[in-house]
Amino acid sequence: MSTETIIWLIPLPPALAFFLIVLFTNRNKALSHTIAIGAALLSWLGSMIVFARALGVEHFGEHPFESSINWLPLAGSWFKIGVLVDPLTALTLFFVAWTVLMIFIYSVGYHNFGQPEGDHDQKGLPPHGATVEEHGNKHVVPSVEPMYSRFFAFIGLFAFGMFTLVVSDNLLTLFIGWEIMGLCSYLLIGFWHGKKSARDAAVKAFLTTRVGDVFMLLGIAYLYSVTGTLSFREIFTETTLHALQLIPSGVLGFSTAGLIGLLLFIGTVGKSAQFPLHVWLPDAMEGPTPVSAMIHAATMVSAGVYTVIRMFPLLSLDAQTMSVVAFIGAFTALFAATIALAQNDIKRVLAYSTISQLGFMIAALGIGAYIAAIFHLITHAFFKALLFLGSGSVIHGMEHGVLHTGNHKVDPQDMFNMGGLKSKMPITFWTFLIGGFALSGFPIVTAGFWSKDEILADAFAHNLPVFITLAIAAFLTAFYTMRQITLTFLGEPRTEEASHAHETPWTMTFPLLVLSVLAIGYGWLGIPEDFPILGGLLPNWLHEFAGATLAHHPEAGEFHPVPLLTSFIVALGGLALGYLMYRNVNSSAEDKLQFGFLKNKYYVDEIYEAVFIKPVTWFADKAVYQIMDKGFIDGILHLFGPGTQGIGDAIRNYFDLPFINRFLGDGSANVTYFSGEKLRVIQTGRIQQYLMLALILFIAIGAVLYFFVFA
Amino acid sequence: MVPLSWYLIFSAILFSIGLFGVLSRRNLVAILLGIELMLNSVNVNLAAFWRYGTVTNITGQVFAIIVFAVAAAEVSVGLALVISVYRKRNTVIADEIDMLKF
Repeated sequence: MSTETIIWLIPLPPALAFFLIVLFTNRNKALSHTIAIGAALLSWLGSMIVFARALGVEHFGEHPFESSINWLPLAGSWFKIGVLVDPLTALTLFFVAWTVLMIFIYSVGYHNFGQPEGDHDQKGLPPHGATVEEHGNKHVVPSVEPMYSRFFAFIGLFAFGMFTLVVSDNLLTLFIGWEIMGLCSYLLIGFWHGKKSARDAAVKAFLTTRVGDVFMLLGIAYLYSVTGTLSFREIFTETTLHALQLIPSGVLGFSTAGLIGLLLFIGTVGKSAQFPLHVWLPDAMEGPTPVSAMIHAATMVSAGVYTVIRMFPLLSLDAQTMSVVAFIGAFTALFAATIALAQNDIKRVLAYSTISQLGFMIAALGIGAYIAAIFHLITHAFFKALLFLGSGSVIHGMEHGVLHTGNHKVDPQDMFNMGGLKSKMPITFWTFLIGGFALSGFPIVTAGFWSKDEILADAFAHNLPVFITLAIAAFLTAFYTMRQITLTFLGEPRTEEASHAHETPWTMTFPLLVLSVLAIGYGWLGIPEDFPILGGLLPNWLHEFAGATLAHHPEAGEFHPVPLLTSFIVALGGLALGYLMYRNVNSSAEDKLQFGFLKNKYYVDEIYEAVFIKPVTWFADKAVYQIMDKGFIDGILHLFGPGTQGIGDAIRNYFDLPFINRFLGDGSANVTYFSGEKLRVIQTGRIQQYLMLALILFIAIGAVLYFFVFA
Repeated sequence: MVPLSWYLIFSAILFSIGLFGVLSRRNLVAILLGIELMLNSVNVNLAAFWRYGTVTNITGQVFAIIVFAVAAAEVSVGLALVISVYRKRNTVIADEIDMLKF
């Protein structure tokens, strides 16, 4: 098969799996997950083939794989859709395919496949466990998810959306994939829709990202109206970009390119949960953990960053837009990192760290560090998927402990209920440690170090305030990561449940192992050439490959010891401090960082509640419901009711009764009756009188006719 | 030849006598006689018009003959009714047979 054909086919298997599961196999759990994983495997295979072939092409940046077909007839031309795999897409396909496949496999174990049906499980609620009798002893084991097949259908559809977004060669199909993922995100956050918190989180995520999406659609429409095309290859030509840069948009001094870039960037702000639209992501942790890993850490939120990277040639035309991007990214990185310090829910810490890390990438783009952003996007996808899956494994182990003791008041996600899981769940611990160190940027070994170091180095060279912000954020990242690892895995078990936790099945640990290999090894592909000692041992392959996406190949920054030392210090310092501060902490009361404003996420939700939601509900209640609906609309209806009744009464009383009934109805009867009464006397029954009358009438009529008619 | 108007005047007189008889006589048989007179006055008319019109066209004569036949039938039915009424009510006076009233 030609490479282009394979690219066209990559997104299809998961979509097919979605329909197959929904329509036919949803009663059969084993068949459903086989179809879904099979589909993910096919997409993975296609992606790997494309990736491998892309490596073999000389000057791949100038000669990407592309193919397009006419889709929508327009006046005199066609709107084309198609696929494009350039170095950026190839790299994205690589990590998307890996994480998607791993998460599909992980979901089998996470949803307790092979376990008995729950005693009182309901659809829409997490499984509560099943009682089994073994050797005469009753004990409780995890029960299989009641909506198992549905889950695989949804993640299949999600994978379709993600692959579509990645391989599309134009903004419209990218946006379609984007929205499919938005829908799946909503469906999967609200997967356990029996829980009110999950329902609310789903609605919140959908509405918050919608804000960004509307702006993004505006940006797409604006771009189309200016250039007449949405295809990346056509937009990123010298002349088009030049024109976009020169035409002023008339808004706040932005050029057209700047304004379009800003609008598209707002879409990313929503999708990648950047400040101020970050509020949905932590709540999205209500969904099952594989969903948190796939959608809210590795792929969907990365899609936002991917889009900005994709549109980088456009964004970089306007310095003003770039500073907005850099500011939002750097601010979010620090902002979210501080919130993560005070979270006790294992998944929420990771959620805020995701926001923070996405902020790193956005900030990197804002200062023009294109390759660093791509690099961090990929490494982050691996280690964050790893961390989330690890946390899911921890929660799963804890739930096992909860089922064992039967004390359902213990929150299996609260880190202060854990401790000492290192010996209970060794694979989870070691992989989580790798992921956590990668996230912290543990020097030399982990991928996170290389990508974060590259961002810091670029920031140091271009923009010092961003560098300082990111350095502090990186320090906090290392700190809260170590806090998490210490609280979760080290020390002694703090609860009975934690001491009964045990390792999860191979379907869950296998993806952890695979991802931990990638979380370490991938960083070695991007070691800067002039790094002391290590530089040059391995060629800086990533820089060459990813840089080729741009028309002007970005130069590798000069090596400078300051950012490198900073990377070392913040990572090691943060990790050490985290360990020292938390190794003896036994409850949240002993935690010195439980400040109210951090615990409450700087009251952003409360502010939104007061500024947006309250006024809107007030407006909806008072203006729309009370005045518009009850007053105006109902008022009209209430006018109509009595009005028509009044008219009806009037017609009845003044027309129907007197005229129709009395005059026409009764009147005609009365006239007939009366005249009959009067005329009956001539009915004598005497034949000769009749004849006489006939004769008289004949003569009279004859006379009348003779004199008046015929005369 | 006698002018047509004479026939017509004669016929009108005969008709009037018949009509007078029908209206004034009390006996049903006499009323039937009056009707016969009126029919025959019509026959005189028909014959006269035939004679003074197109002679080859015998419509008038045919019509007169049909009138004879109808008159004969009518009289026989009428007399049968009279006899029947007489048997039931023992009278042939027209004014006394007045059941056809309200």
